[in-house]
Order: sequence, then structure tokens, then C-alpha cells
Amino acid sequence: MSGHDLAIVGAGPAGIAAALEGAALGLSVLVLDEQDAPGGQVFRAVERAAGDPALAGDYATEGMALVRAFRAARGVEYRPGTTLWHIDTDTLRLSLLREGKAEEAGASRLLLATGAQERPVPIPGWTLPGVMGAGAAQILLKTAGAVPAGPVVIAGQGPLCWLIAVQMLRAGAGPVTLLETTRGSAATAALQAGGLWAGRRLLLKGLALVREARARGLRVVRKVRGLQALGEGRVEHVRWEGNTIPCGTLLLHEGVIPSTHVTRALGLEHRWDAAQLCWRPTLDGWGATSHDGIAVAGDGGGIGGWEAAVATGRLAALDAACRLGRIDTAERDRRAVPHRAALRRALALRPFLDRLYAPAPEVLAPADDSTLVCRCEEITAGQVRAAARLGATGPNQAKAYLRTGMGPCQGRMCGTTVAALIAAERGITVEQAGVLRPRAPFKPLTVGALAGLAKDDAA
Amino acid sequence: MVLSAQEPSPAPGRHDAIVIGGGLVGAAIACGLAEQGLDTLLLDEGDVAHRASRGNFGLVWVQSKGLGAPHYQRWSRQSAAAWPALAAALAARTGLDTALEQPGGLHICLSEEEFSVRAARMERMRAEAGNFGFEYRMLTRAEVAERLPGIGPAVVGASWTPYDGHAGALTLLRALHAAFRDLGGTYRPNAAVAGLDAAPHDFRVTAGGATVRAPRLVLAAGLGNAALAPMVGLAAPLRPERGQILVTERAQPVLSMPTVNVRQTAEGSLLIGESKEDAGFDSTTQIPSVMSDMARRAVLAMPWIAELNIVRAWSALRVMSVDGLPIYDQSERFPGAFTANCHSGVTLAAAHARMLAPMIAAGALAPELRPFSAERFGHVRTAA
Amino acid sequence: MYAQRPEARPATVEVLVDGQVVRVPEGASAAAAVLLAGLPALRSTPVGGAPRLPYCMMGVCFDCLAEIDGVPNRQACMVTVAPGMRIAPQRGARVAGPRA
Ligand SMILES: Cc1cc2nc3c(=O)[nH]c(=O)nc-3n(C[C@H](O)[C@H](O)[C@H](O)COP(=O)(O)OP(=O)(O)OC[C@H]3O[C@@H](n4cnc5c(N)ncnc54)[C@H](O)[C@@H]3O)c2cc1C
Ligand SMILES: Cc1cc2nc3c(=O)[nH]c(=O)nc-3n(C[C@H](O)[C@H](O)[C@H](O)COP(=O)(O)OP(=O)(O)OC[C@H]3O[C@@H](n4cnc5c(N)ncnc54)[C@H](O)[C@@H]3O)c2cc1C
Ligand code: FES
Repeated sequence: MSGHDLAIVGAGPAGIAAALEGAALGLSVLVLDEQDAPGGQVFRAVERAAGDPALAGDYATEGMALVRAFRAARGVEYRPGTTLWHIDTDTLRLSLLREGKAEEAGASRLLLATGAQERPVPIPGWTLPGVMGAGAAQILLKTAGAVPAGPVVIAGQGPLCWLIAVQMLRAGAGPVTLLETTRGSAATAALQAGGLWAGRRLLLKGLALVREARARGLRVVRKVRGLQALGEGRVEHVRWEGNTIPCGTLLLHEGVIPSTHVTRALGLEHRWDAAQLCWRPTLDGWGATSHDGIAVAGDGGGIGGWEAAVATGRLAALDAACRLGRIDTAERDRRAVPHRAALRRALALRPFLDRLYAPAPEVLAPADDSTLVCRCEEITAGQVRAAARLGATGPNQAKAYLRTGMGPCQGRMCGTTVAALIAAERGITVEQAGVLRPRAPFKPLTVGALAGLAKDDAA
Repeated sequence: MVLSAQEPSPAPGRHDAIVIGGGLVGAAIACGLAEQGLDTLLLDEGDVAHRASRGNFGLVWVQSKGLGAPHYQRWSRQSAAAWPALAAALAARTGLDTALEQPGGLHICLSEEEFSVRAARMERMRAEAGNFGFEYRMLTRAEVAERLPGIGPAVVGASWTPYDGHAGALTLLRALHAAFRDLGGTYRPNAAVAGLDAAPHDFRVTAGGATVRAPRLVLAAGLGNAALAPMVGLAAPLRPERGQILVTERAQPVLSMPTVNVRQTAEGSLLIGESKEDAGFDSTTQIPSVMSDMARRAVLAMPWIAELNIVRAWSALRVMSVDGLPIYDQSERFPGAFTANCHSGVTLAAAHARMLAPMIAAGALAPELRPFSAERFGHVRTAA
Repeated sequence: MYAQRPEARPATVEVLVDGQVVRVPEGASAAAAVLLAGLPALRSTPVGGAPRLPYCMMGVCFDCLAEIDGVPNRQACMVTVAPGMRIAPQRGARVAGPRA
């Protein structure tokens, strides 16, 4: 078993930045990622797609630069196509899956930079073919240059909606309609959050996007509520409060939430973020978790966007080097100064964005009883409410009653919805309802691969 | 025997019976008490708790129960025999199908040595069973091959009894809770016991911010009983024993009968069990080497299992007594108080709901349960 | 339905989607190939038989389960296309057992 100083899970901006910083400080670094190329979600496939005019912007410039630097870095072992499925929290031994085979790796310290996922948007009909996440459509654009044919409806809210709308329009998709779910009261609340001046660079970028979207013919409907996807065998129409429009592809997006599957499975301390309406691991200013060998960087520790991810990655690497005795705390703190400044800039607009784009209660807990919330086991909101009345006080007991969270996604799609439904039904907070406790394997592996692990160990 | 749920309800906080622990054991007993017409309160902990009932393998298993303890073999057999009626009653009351199947079961042997040890054990079970009888067969490799698809070259043979079967353990838990509520019972989660005052036929329990009172008290708190039992003059010497289980993706029906460590659920998943480790109270640790050994054994028995994806795995704590047998007791110092513990809560669910609960309702355990008293460990009386 | 943009990403890899030959760009996932092929559904659920297509494209939702090169229940969005890859729908629960 190879013993690296620092193992990093995730080769997105956070993982890449941490690897670069760690290697520069002389650490031997292992980076593994289940994708086949570096970049994470935001800079996915950038080495192949940077030349696509539809993706012009940060992606082609900063993203490409980051990935180039990563490829050129010395002292970094990069294992693409490698999925983490278990961590022994006593020894930091990592159980991995690569090309269908189980393998292991070890390190003195571990950094989880596993990023974010789109927040599930359980509306009636969201399981119909033709409905997908807006970020999912963006992944198609990045990895395959593909765009939806026929009328596209983007429904939801957040900066990514606008970015993706623009990218779709640049790529020749159309006509594109944005059904924005932002509530009328949100703007006032958001303005009170402030940060507009400190975050002006991002704000201007956002405004430029909105202008470009309009110029390219984006149709925008505001304050949309009561969304439904309708169709026989696939989505054909989108309905909301009395309106119905034809739709070939419906792209849902209510922001992104940290991927806490692994950190929760490890039993690390988490807290409910009332502003971002999601769980996040409890971290100190260096990304240290409640386990003294494990840190978290990037959107997996709380949503901040890719620039924040870079900064937190670098800070976590500095702290790792310090804990490994390569630099002292004074040196660590000195080197941290520019990254802390970058982090502040990157996060300046967050309070404003979080308030403006806070998802409506019905996104967290769908009102209609017949809405499917667990896509794997096909369990509805009504069934979850009934389980709450029967005595389920949280998602773990609901899982025992209903199988929500027992399908292949292991609750990644339904976990927060189930908790929110229980909370609403029992008159408690989502935080009190609690959170699913996932177990290894974090991703499926075959019985044969697992059995092979023992054989190889014995050999 | 089923009374209406419309009995006049007693004063708030007063019940006919309080059951502590909403796992399979407590829920089955509570259900049985409610069926006897008792106004029953079931107290349980919250969303995250040590819960063997949420993490078990779902066998209704008889063939390995009670070597050297024929009363345990008898009790398990009686429960297995009562299971179909329990399943039917639960289905009628709740609409939930517990997916009980009792086609018999196999214990596969992967070496000549395993086979001969197994054969000797089964023969001893038969001898000990006496008049009660114990039907079993040691199957040759060819006979196993007739019953299971694609067995591996390592399979030497298997023991078989007709008594064995399996059921959906989580559906059972949910059905017991639903039936209990339907029978007028009150289930109170988030109500860990904070205080217990015992007097003969008068028990006061403080839990979840309220105090409740009843003339009957049943401790069915799984591992929690170890701490609770002494409060009513009883002992429950229990230790946690961790077991791990692997679950594959759903597959088309392929296994017609369960084996002791591989079974196919009604949903189609294959469950692969189970290891025995001394683990202390950590039910979250999963050990890749142990998981790997379980996988390897399953693949040796049926090599095609290697292709299936494991979509979930977990570890949970068995509720183990020193000798592995259940503990059923009634307090002499505080009549009206009972304990119930076992590490086969699925298998024994029917016995608990339909045989044990009526005894508790009537006020005393039947003599046939005497051998299950913790007195067998020699410290019941001194514990109080 | 999805459309290719050969001007941005030439389609150079030939794969079979449910028996139909489709050319897709290098680096695309098997799930992308399915969407480009215009398949009405990639899987039907083992629970209710409902048709599904990929939803998240990043390995979270498991709605892209497919039989790829003869191996059932693979996450098509996590598999990069290779020349000649066979991608077939996953209808309901997979078949298990010894091969005939
Ligand atoms: C679909 C999607 C699209 C987005 N698009 C944009 C965008 O265009 N612009 C923008 O500013 N922000 C975008 N975001 C927001 C994004 O979260 C951040 O901007 C940024 O990607 C965060 O960087 P990160 O390094 O924290 O995580 P990520 O970039 O998400 O990187 C995490 C990496 O960890 C890997 N990983 C996760 N779990 C495992 C495991 N068990 N084993 C092995 N590897 C694992 C993943 O494969 C991934 O490469 C998007 C988010 C999503 C979910
Ligand atoms: C891996 C594994 C495999 C198994 N396989 C099988 C099998 O195939 N067949 C079979 O028949 N059995 C099997 N079992 C055993 C079976 O699961 C247990 O016998 C059964 O679940 C025990 O139920 P219980 O109700 O006593 O305990 P538990 O399920 O642990 O329930 C105890 C309950 O009491 C509550 N509690 C504890 N303390 C307090 C307190 N102070 N106040 C209030 N509430 C409290 C807890 O919250 C919990 O809900 C298996 C067990 C394991 C771990
Ligand atoms: S599309 Fe969601 S996992 Fe593949």
C-alpha cells in the first residue's frame, strides 16, 4: 500500500488547488476522481471543450489554466476513473474501485473535495423522460457538445440558470424559456443581506449574463409557482398556475447543495445551514472536520462556487502541510493571507444570492401528495407524510418503513426531501428531523470485486 | 380474540401496559397486548438509535436454533408455525405484505469438514428433540444443485429442514407499528426512558418529557434492557454482537429458497450475511476485510453472485445473551414487570405477538418459558 | 431529444445504442450517446416499470442504468464511450444466475 502524505478525493477546483499547493510544499499527493479527466463539475471536460464558443468565459480561461497546471504538477499522483467506496476512519485506508476492481490506498491525511450536486426539485412529473437537471444538460454540452432540440424550458432559479440559458442559446438551442421561481419578497430580503459592493465583480458578471440572455432571445417568466411536468411517456408540456406551454426538454434547477454523502457516512459532525437550506460538515477556517485526519474543501463544505473552492483547497493544503510538520503555523498563516482575501471576495455576494434564491418551501417539501420523492423506490410525498404520522421522526426511520434511501442512489436524491416532509408533518424543523446516515459502499461495487479484495490481501 | 379499538380510554398518562422499546420484540409484544384489549403505550427512542430490528437478515430460521437447549428449538418451531397466521392478520389489518415464505432452508457446507460437523450437529438436534421430532436431511452436492442455481465447485452439501423461511423484516416492523396503532395502541418515538419507579403492579415511567403509569411494564429495549432490567429487580446480561450485511441490486427471481447466508428478498435483492464479531457499541463501523470474506463465501457457494452490484451494506448489533438464547423473565419483587430479549426477533415475532403477549396480559409467564429466565446465569435475585 | 454540434465537437466514435449505430464525440458518456440517439427511455424501473432517461448526468440519481457491453445496471453517465461499445436499455430488474 502506497503511503502518500495527502490523499485528495475529487479533482475539481478545490482538489486541484489543494494538490498544487500541497505538492509545492513538498507533500506527496494522491488525487483520485471518479471522472476520467480533471476539472470537477464546473470545469468538466475542459481539455476537450475549451474551444467551444458556447462555453466561452471562466471555463475556457481560468478552468483550462487550472487543469493545465494540474497536469504539469510534480509530486502529484492522479488516478482518474477511481471511485471511493469506503474509508477506514482509524487508519485512513481508502477502499477504491477502478475499472471494476477493488483496490486500496493509504495516506497520512485525507482531503475530501467531492463538490456539490444539484438540489433535487421534486415536482409532479419530474421523473418523466425529458426532464433533467439544468446542470445535467450543461454536462451534456461540456462532454458531448450536445444541446436539446425543440423547445427548452429551464425552470427554477439561481445564477447557474442564467449561465446555462446563455450557454444553450449560444450553442443554438431554442427557443429557450426561463420560468423563474424566485419569490417577489426575496429581492428585498436579499438587498438587506448586503455584500453588493464587495461582490461587485461577480454581480457585474451576473448582470452581463442577464443582458446576454435577453439579447439572445431568452423568454423569461417570473414568480412562477406550482410547476408540473406533463406528458405521456415523456414531458410534453410544462404547467404552472394556470399556464401551460409546450416543452421538449425541461431543465430543473434550484441551486446546488454540498455532496455530503461521504462525510455523513464517516460520521463527521454536520450542521444544518439555515441560509443555504442544506447540511454541511462542521469545518474550521482551514477546512478541518471533527476528525483530526480529515479535512473538506470546496463546495462539499458549503456552497461558495469555484473561486471559493480554489481558495479553500489551498488553505486546506497549507494546514495539511503544517500538521505534517512541513511548515510551522506562522508560515502557514503567512501563506494563507492571499487565499483568505480571495475567499472573502468569492463569498462576498453569497448572503445576497442565498436570500434571493432561497428555494420555496414546496421545493423542499412538495405539497402534492402524489409527487414522487424517492425516484428509486418510487415513494410519494403522501407516503412519507403517512410514515411520519405512523411514528417516523426522521429519515432513518422513514427509510425502514418505506425504503426511501434504499435504492441505488442511497438517498442522494430523496434524503433532504424526506426529512423536510417529516418536519412539516410533525411540526418540527428539518434540522430536528435529522439526516440520513449513509453507509459504505458509497457507490455500488460488484460482489466479485469485493470478494477479490480479500484474495489480493491474502496474496 | 381481537377486540375493538373503541374501548373507553383511561385517564391521561395511565395505561394498562407500557412497553419500552419499539423494535421487533417490543412492537410484536405491544401488538399482542393491544390485541388482548389492553390499552398499551409503546415507548421508543428517536430516528437514530441502536436498532437490531432495522438491520437484520430477515430469516425465519429454525434449523440452527437450540443445540443443547431443546426448549429453544421448540419455541422457534412454534413461532415459525404461527408465522403464517401472524402474516395474514397483519396483512388484513394493515394491507402490508410481510412476504413470508417458508419453503425450507439450506445451510451450505463448503468443505467435507464443515459437512461432517454440520451432520453431527443436526443429528444431535434430532436426538435432543425427543418426541417433538426434528425433521432434517443432509443433502448431497447433487441434491443442492437441484435446489439452487449454479452452485460452485466448493459446495460439498447442505443441511435442510422444512421449517425454515424468510420474510421482509422491515415490512414486518412497519406492519407491527401500523397494526398496533390500528388496534388503538399509542406509539411514542423520541421517548427514551429517563426515569422508572417500580412498585408491585404500579410502574411510573418518565420519557419524552412526560410521566406515564401502568400496572404492567414490559422491557423490550434490546441492548437497552441491560440497564433497565435491574430497575425492576431483574437482570438482562446482554452483549452487542456486530453483524454485517451486503445487499445487491434487484434481480429477477432466482433463488427459490433461502440459505443461512444468502437469500433473495421479495423485492429481488440478494442479501448476503452475516458475520459475528465482538464489536462493543459501535454499529457504524464497516470492515472491508469482513465484508470481503462474506462476499467470498457467497461467491464460493454460487459463483454467479460475483456479477451482482452491492448497492448497500450495513452493520448492526445483535442482542446477544451469554448463551445466545432469549431471555424472558417476570419480576418477583415487582410483579407486573417483564423482560424480553432475543437475537431472532424476526423468527420469534409470531411467538412474541401470539404466545408471549397473552401470557403477559394474563399476568404470568407459562412454565414452558421458565428455562429462558436469566436465573440460568445465576444472578437474577442478587441484581435487585 | 438532443442535437449534436459537429462544428464544436466532431462525432468520431461509433457506438451501438439499442442496436442502432450512433456517432458521438470523443469523451461523451454512454448516457450522452443514448440521449443523442433519441432513445425514448433508457431504463424501466424495477418497481413500477416506469420509463426513465438520465436525470443528473453526474452519477447521483442512478436513472441512467443501462446494460453496457453486456454488463447490466451500469451508470451510463459515468462510462465514457469507446468505439464499438454496445449500450442497451435496462428493463426492470436485471437477470441473475448462471449463464446458460
Ligand atoms: C452539475 C453542476 C454544474 C455546475 N456548473 C457550474 C458552472 O458552470 N459554473 C460554476 O461556477 N459552478 C458550477 N457548478 C457549481 C460547482 O459546485 C462549483 O462551481 C465547483 O465545481 C465546485 O468545485 P469543487 O472542487 O468543490 O467540486 P467539484 O468541481 O464538484 O469536484 C468534485 C469532484 O469529486 C469527484 N468525486 C465526488 N465523489 C467522489 C467519489 N466518491 N469518488 C471519487 N471521486 C468523487 C467528482 O467526480 C468531481 O470531479 C456546478 C455544479 C454542478 C453540480
Ligand atoms: C446483522 C443481524 C442479522 C440478524 N438476522 C436475523 C434473522 O435473520 N432472523 C431473525 O429472526 N433475527 C435476526 N436478527 C436479530 C433481530 O434483528 C433481533 O433479534 C431483533 O431485532 C431484536 O429486536 P429488539 O426489539 O429486541 O431490539 P432492537 O431492534 O434493538 O430494538 C430495541 C428498541 O428499544 C429502544 N430502546 C432502547 N433503549 C431504550 C430506552 N431506554 N427507552 C426507550 N426505548 C429504548 C431502541 O431505540 C430500539 O428501538 C439479526 C440481527 C442482526 C444485527
Ligand atoms: S444520470 Fe444520474 S446517475 Fe447517471
